[in-house]
Amino acid sequence: MASRPGAAGRPGGRFAQFKLVLLGESAVGKSSLVLRFVKDQFDDYRESTIGAAFLTQTISLDENTTVKFEIWDTAGQERYKSLAPMYYRNANCAVVVYDITQASSLDKAKSWVKELQRQANENIIIALAGNKSDMVADSPDKRAIETADAEAYAREAGLLFFETSAKTSTNVKELFTAIARKLPLDQAGPRMRQNLRPGVDLRPETSNTQGAGPCSC
Amino acid sequence: MDEIAPEYDVVVLGTGLTECVLSGVLSVKGKKVLHIDRNDHYGGESASLNIENLFKRYGQYSKGEEPWKKYGRVNDWNVDLVPKLLMSNGELTNILVSTDVTRYLEFKQIAGSYVQQGNGARATVAKVPSDAGEALRSPLMGLFEKRRAKKFLEWVGAFKEDDPATHNGLNLNTCTMKDVYDKFGLEATTRDFIGHSMALYTTDGYINQKGMAKDAIVRIRLYANSMARYGKSPYIYPLYGLGELPQGFARLSAIYGGTYMLNTSIDEILYDGSKVAGIKATMKDRSDSDDAGDPGMKFTTKTKMILGDPSYFPGKVQVVGHLLKAICILNHPIDRTDNSDSLQLIIPQSQIGRKNDVYIAMVSSAHNVCPKGYYIAIVSTIAETSANHHLELQPGLERLGRIEEKFMGPPIPLYEPLESGASDKIYISKSYDATSHFETTTDDVRDIYRRAMGEELVVEGLREGQTLAEE
Repeated sequence: MASRPGAAGRPGGRFAQFKLVLLGESAVGKSSLVLRFVKDQFDDYRESTIGAAFLTQTISLDENTTVKFEIWDTAGQERYKSLAPMYYRNANCAVVVYDITQASSLDKAKSWVKELQRQANENIIIALAGNKSDMVADSPDKRAIETADAEAYAREAGLLFFETSAKTSTNVKELFTAIARKLPLDQAGPRMRQNLRPGVDLRPETSNTQGAGPCSC
Repeated sequence: MDEIAPEYDVVVLGTGLTECVLSGVLSVKGKKVLHIDRNDHYGGESASLNIENLFKRYGQYSKGEEPWKKYGRVNDWNVDLVPKLLMSNGELTNILVSTDVTRYLEFKQIAGSYVQQGNGARATVAKVPSDAGEALRSPLMGLFEKRRAKKFLEWVGAFKEDDPATHNGLNLNTCTMKDVYDKFGLEATTRDFIGHSMALYTTDGYINQKGMAKDAIVRIRLYANSMARYGKSPYIYPLYGLGELPQGFARLSAIYGGTYMLNTSIDEILYDGSKVAGIKATMKDRSDSDDAGDPGMKFTTKTKMILGDPSYFPGKVQVVGHLLKAICILNHPIDRTDNSDSLQLIIPQSQIGRKNDVYIAMVSSAHNVCPKGYYIAIVSTIAETSANHHLELQPGLERLGRIEEKFMGPPIPLYEPLESGASDKIYISKSYDATSHFETTTDDVRDIYRRAMGEELVVEGLREGQTLAEE
C-alpha cells in the first residue's frame, strides 16, 4: 500500500475514511461544490458531469483527527432516475443539493432525501445544501427559496443545512467539516479504513492508485 | 426533464453484464451511448434479487402470504439468477482492472473448488488438486496415478505454446486431448476431473476433437494460475452479489457520458432499408404520484446501431438449449466440504450417467448476499430430457442435505442470434450459458465488439489518455 496523507502515520492519530454521495436535480451545482471542495476551482461554464467519478479529499478536524471523504458523483445517472443501488451502498454521508433560485429544486431535494432514507444505511448523515447563494447576493429578487423555509425542513428531517456558493466558496468547507464532525469516527466500518477492506485486491500492487486529495499535513 | 439527444452512435438494450461491459467500453472510447432497460432495475438476467423479489419472480407464495418475512430483512439478500463465478486470472478480471471498475466493487475469494467422484451416498467429494503437490495428496487417485497426474500437471505448468521443446513430442495443432491423456497414461477418472473441474468443459466433446488439446491446456493453465493467485480456489466473487458487476460497468459508461434510462419500453425499432435507423420508446413515469394512467414520456431517437440482449429481439434469435437451475436456501454448509462458506462443486457427467455436468455454486453471508447462518446454493445443468427436470438436478440436490427453500421454475431457454448483425446493424448477445464462470461471457463481449466495430477489443490501457477529472 502506498503511503497515505494526514494523521494516519502519526502515533495516536485517528484516520477514518467515509463514502459520501451527492444527490440533487441536474444543474444545481453538485459537481461544482465538490470541485470547489477538492480542488478549490470553479468553472462558470461547466458541462454536465462527465468524468468526475470518484474524487477524494482529506480534512483535519484537529491535530490528531483526519477524515478522508471518498466522494461519489452521480455521473448523470440521476437524470432519468437510473441511479444503481451500488451508488447508495455503504454510503456514510450524503450531500443533497438544491438551487436557491429554482423553486422546484427543493422539492426534488426532498424526494432524494426520501430515497436515501429508503435505500441507504439507517444512520447515514445527510446535509442539505442550498447552492448558488452568490446569485442572490446582488439581486435578492432571484431567490426562489427562503432560507427559513429550507432550514425548517432540514431541522424537521434531521439534516445539516447550509446555503453555499461553489462560485465564491461560501460555506463549502464549512459544509464538509460539519459532516465530518457528525460522523462516527470511532466505529470504523469495513469501508472506512482501506487496510481493513475485507476483500482481495485485484490490481497488481504497483498500479495500486491512491486518491489525489491534497495532503493536509 | 432534459431532452433526449436526436441521435446516438449506439443504443444498448438491456443492462445485463454483457451489455454493460460493452456500453462502458464504447463510452470510454468516445461513442455516444443511450442505454435502456425495460425493467426498473439494472442487471436483466444477471441481476441479484432480494428475497421478496425472488419469491415473487418464482410465484412461490399464495395471496396474502409473505413467506420471505421469516428470512429477515429482505434487502440483506442478494440472490444471483446466474450461477457463475469469476476466475481470478480470467478475462473479466482483466477487464475490471483495465477499466478501473474495481474501484466500485469489493471481491472475496470463493473458499473451495470441489469435484465429485462416484455417485449417490458412497460418492467421494474432494478438493480439485491444482498443482503437482496437491495431486500427490489428493484422495481422488491411487498411489501410482498420483505420480502420473503430478507429471502431467508439471508438464502443463512448463508448457509454452511457441516452444515445441515443451510439447513432449506431441503436435498440438493436430492431436486430440485423448492423445495427451494417453501419453501420460492417465486413468478415466483422472481425465474426468481434469477435463471437467479444471479445464471446465461441460461435456466430453473436447476429448476426441482434433486440435483441441491446446485449448484444453490453456484452460487448465488458467485454472492453475487463477488458483495460485489467492490460494483457496481459482474463483473470486463480488460482495453483494453478481448484480454489482453490471452496475459497476454502467457507472463506467455513465462517467464517460453514457445516458441511462431504466423502466423504458421499446415501442418500435426503426429501419432505413435493411439497416436499423432508430427507436421509438416510452419511459414510464416513476414519480411519487400514484398516477397509474400516466402514459410516460414518449421519444424517438436515431442510432447507427443497436446492441442488445436476446429478450429484445424475439424474432432474431434461436433456442440452442435449455438450462435447468434450482436456487436453494440452506442453513448449513454442504457436507464433506470442510465447512466452506463458499464453493463450487462439479459433478462430472460420466460419474452420474449424463452427457452434461451438474454444477453447484454456493455463496453465503461471507459475501454479503444473505444474513448470517444462511447459504445460497444454485444447482444447474443443461436439460437432456423434455420432462422430469427435477430428476436431472437430483445428483446436485442430494449433495445439499436439508433445503429450507427451493426455487426452480421451468427450463430456461438459451438463445443465440440468428445473424451476425452485418446486414441490420443489430448485434445481439447470447444468453448466459451453463458454464460456471464468465469466460464465455467475455468471449461474447469480444465477439460483439469485433462485429460491431470492425476491430479487436483491446482493454489494456483503455482509460489511459482519456481526459478525466483527476481521481
